[in-house]
Amino acid sequence: MKLSELQEWRERAARGISVRGEQKDWRIVVSMGTSGIAAGAREVMRALMDEIERQELENVEVALTGSLGMDDVEPVLRVERAGETIVYGNLDPDAARRIVTEHIRQGRKVERYVIGLPKEKE
Amino acid sequence: MPAYRSTVLLCAGGGCISCGCLPVREAMEAELKRRNLADEVRVVQTGCVGSCDLGPVLIVYPDEVFYQKVSPGDVPKLVDEHFLKGRVFERLLVKSAETDNLIATQREFAFFNKQVKIVLENCGVIDPENIEEYVARGGYLALGQVISERTPEWVIEELKKSGLRGRGGAGFPAGTKWDFVRKAPGERKYVVCNADEGDPGAFMDRSVLEGDPHRVLEAMAIAGFAASADQGYIYVRAEYPLAIRRTRRAIQQAREAGFLGRNLFESSFSFDIDIRVGAGAFVCGEETALLASIEGKRGIPRPRPPFPAVSGLWGKPTLINNVETYACIVPIITRGGDWYASIGTEKSKGTKVFALAGKIRNTGLVEVPMGTTLREIVYDIGGGVPNGRKFKAAQTGGPSGGCIPAEHLDIPMDYESLAKVGSIVGSGGLIIMDEDSCMVDVAKFFMEFCTDESCGKCPPCRVGTRQIYGLLDKITKGEARIEDLHLLEELCGMVKESSLCGLGQTAPNPVLSTLRYFRDEYLEHIVDRRCPAKVCPSLIRYSIDEAACTGCSLCARNCPENTIFKVEDQKKYRIDPARCVKCGVCFDVCRFGAVVKS
Repeated sequence: MKLSELQEWRERAARGISVRGEQKDWRIVVSMGTSGIAAGAREVMRALMDEIERQELENVEVALTGSLGMDDVEPVLRVERAGETIVYGNLDPDAARRIVTEHIRQGRKVERYVIGLPKEKE
Repeated sequence: MPAYRSTVLLCAGGGCISCGCLPVREAMEAELKRRNLADEVRVVQTGCVGSCDLGPVLIVYPDEVFYQKVSPGDVPKLVDEHFLKGRVFERLLVKSAETDNLIATQREFAFFNKQVKIVLENCGVIDPENIEEYVARGGYLALGQVISERTPEWVIEELKKSGLRGRGGAGFPAGTKWDFVRKAPGERKYVVCNADEGDPGAFMDRSVLEGDPHRVLEAMAIAGFAASADQGYIYVRAEYPLAIRRTRRAIQQAREAGFLGRNLFESSFSFDIDIRVGAGAFVCGEETALLASIEGKRGIPRPRPPFPAVSGLWGKPTLINNVETYACIVPIITRGGDWYASIGTEKSKGTKVFALAGKIRNTGLVEVPMGTTLREIVYDIGGGVPNGRKFKAAQTGGPSGGCIPAEHLDIPMDYESLAKVGSIVGSGGLIIMDEDSCMVDVAKFFMEFCTDESCGKCPPCRVGTRQIYGLLDKITKGEARIEDLHLLEELCGMVKESSLCGLGQTAPNPVLSTLRYFRDEYLEHIVDRRCPAKVCPSLIRYSIDEAACTGCSLCARNCPENTIFKVEDQKKYRIDPARCVKCGVCFDVCRFGAVVKS
């Protein structure tokens, strides 16, 4: 093995353990209460995971939380970055993919699904 | 590679395996599958996390949520709460010792957040049986860079700059040793790793081999490059089957990947490693005895010089370091000798792993910068002495070390400071004792160990340790006279001065240091025939306080000698002192505090 081959292997392998690293800049928190699950929150989450993987985004982590208390607009998720939080609702897998592409990658909010305005993290 | 949103690290160090982590893993995998989460959540079996009293332990990423004492029965609920609903499952969290608050994450837990992990940086984080995870953490890059871009002199220079000293006990500067071997004349040279961790209570070397074996292999290959050796041996005791299995597998994987074998990284440098399993004699941790054992001879030491650096394995120059020393090498090469030297004290650089045990709340492996005070280790990391008892002393260095009494709690833990108070860093065993520990009994325990383990080659050790043990035994039985104390001291000095190897030279240390700080306790045993800690069986007696006795008969039913009988016409019990063997069972089982030890 050459040194350069090892370096390439390392980069590939590092993605496999990246979830064990430092906290990421972007964090998507999916509301996974009973009503969220019933409305399709799990499919939304899987679409998120799939899209993040497909676009090779390394600075995003996906977490779950209990119900955010907005049962009428489930599935709901929160996108957090540097203290700023935006809440999206009425989602489906396609909407989740758009959030990854437009919000996280291109830095523009997907206005159609925004239900909560940015607010300072407590 | 599929992207998992979460990884469960399951500690599979020796400690957690023995408290049942493998069934937890099976339950976890089955439950994740049942809940259709198997391709979202990945379970990784790691080496020792360090908090051995809390096992089986799980750490869930992201967020580093720390679950303790998990049983297979907890798993369905845990999966439901944490992975399906995204809530922390509170019942399995750790509670803070001071505030009773729940501790959710590893970084909030004082046991972990006060530690600085260099040697153990991968232990409990990666899967030791998967080379890919070691590579992901930068593994073998140091070896590749050294071979492709550096010279042996550069490696030795960095090592000298780092100030690293051998972690096996003696603390000899590693860079100097490597340099000796490099400069020693001879065509054939060897690199040996001492993994014959014999100090009762120390298990950091086992943990490194179990949790991060590639780190040791990579360091040995770097050592081979620096010393121009092409063969390495890891000498590991047979009592470490898991370490042996994982190291074997690691060697196999490293060979397949081209990190061991011929022409590494397309250079002219070749290096390979084999394992030699020792039968578990304490003396084989001594380097000349260890080398004899690898050669297939009886494991007994020989006089030095010549040192192994000049004439070691099969008479060839041999570089020998222990596991923890090798575990420091890769970080030093990667981050530089100056970086390493910035950690620790003036003469003791870097970190040291201590195996914390005894009368302390959090036991396990802790890695701290050299110079951290004993108080910080005992109270901040260890969580203090449980059950409201008071700290009495700490034994460092196992049977070769000494005790540190409460008045020296603020001592910085480094080679020089410990030597000043008559103890040693040694291999890093750290046993905490409270008021219920009898110091004469402790000294006797270690002396018994050395008596058993003496190889018998030199008379001062073979005969001397036995005589010292005999005197200690007399003292604990209340049969000694004051002259025996002087004889004891004289004998200790003689054994220390005239023994051939480190075993005998250090064997009297526990006696000398307990005599230095707890002489009064020895005198009480001899003059008053009393054991103040109420440990020595011959000097205590059990009786039943008839006012407190409820006549429940629990003590009588548990007494192995049937010496507890019912007082006629009364609902009370009494112990026959003539036949009592002082096993203490009655004391332990009584629920009313009616059995009195005096």
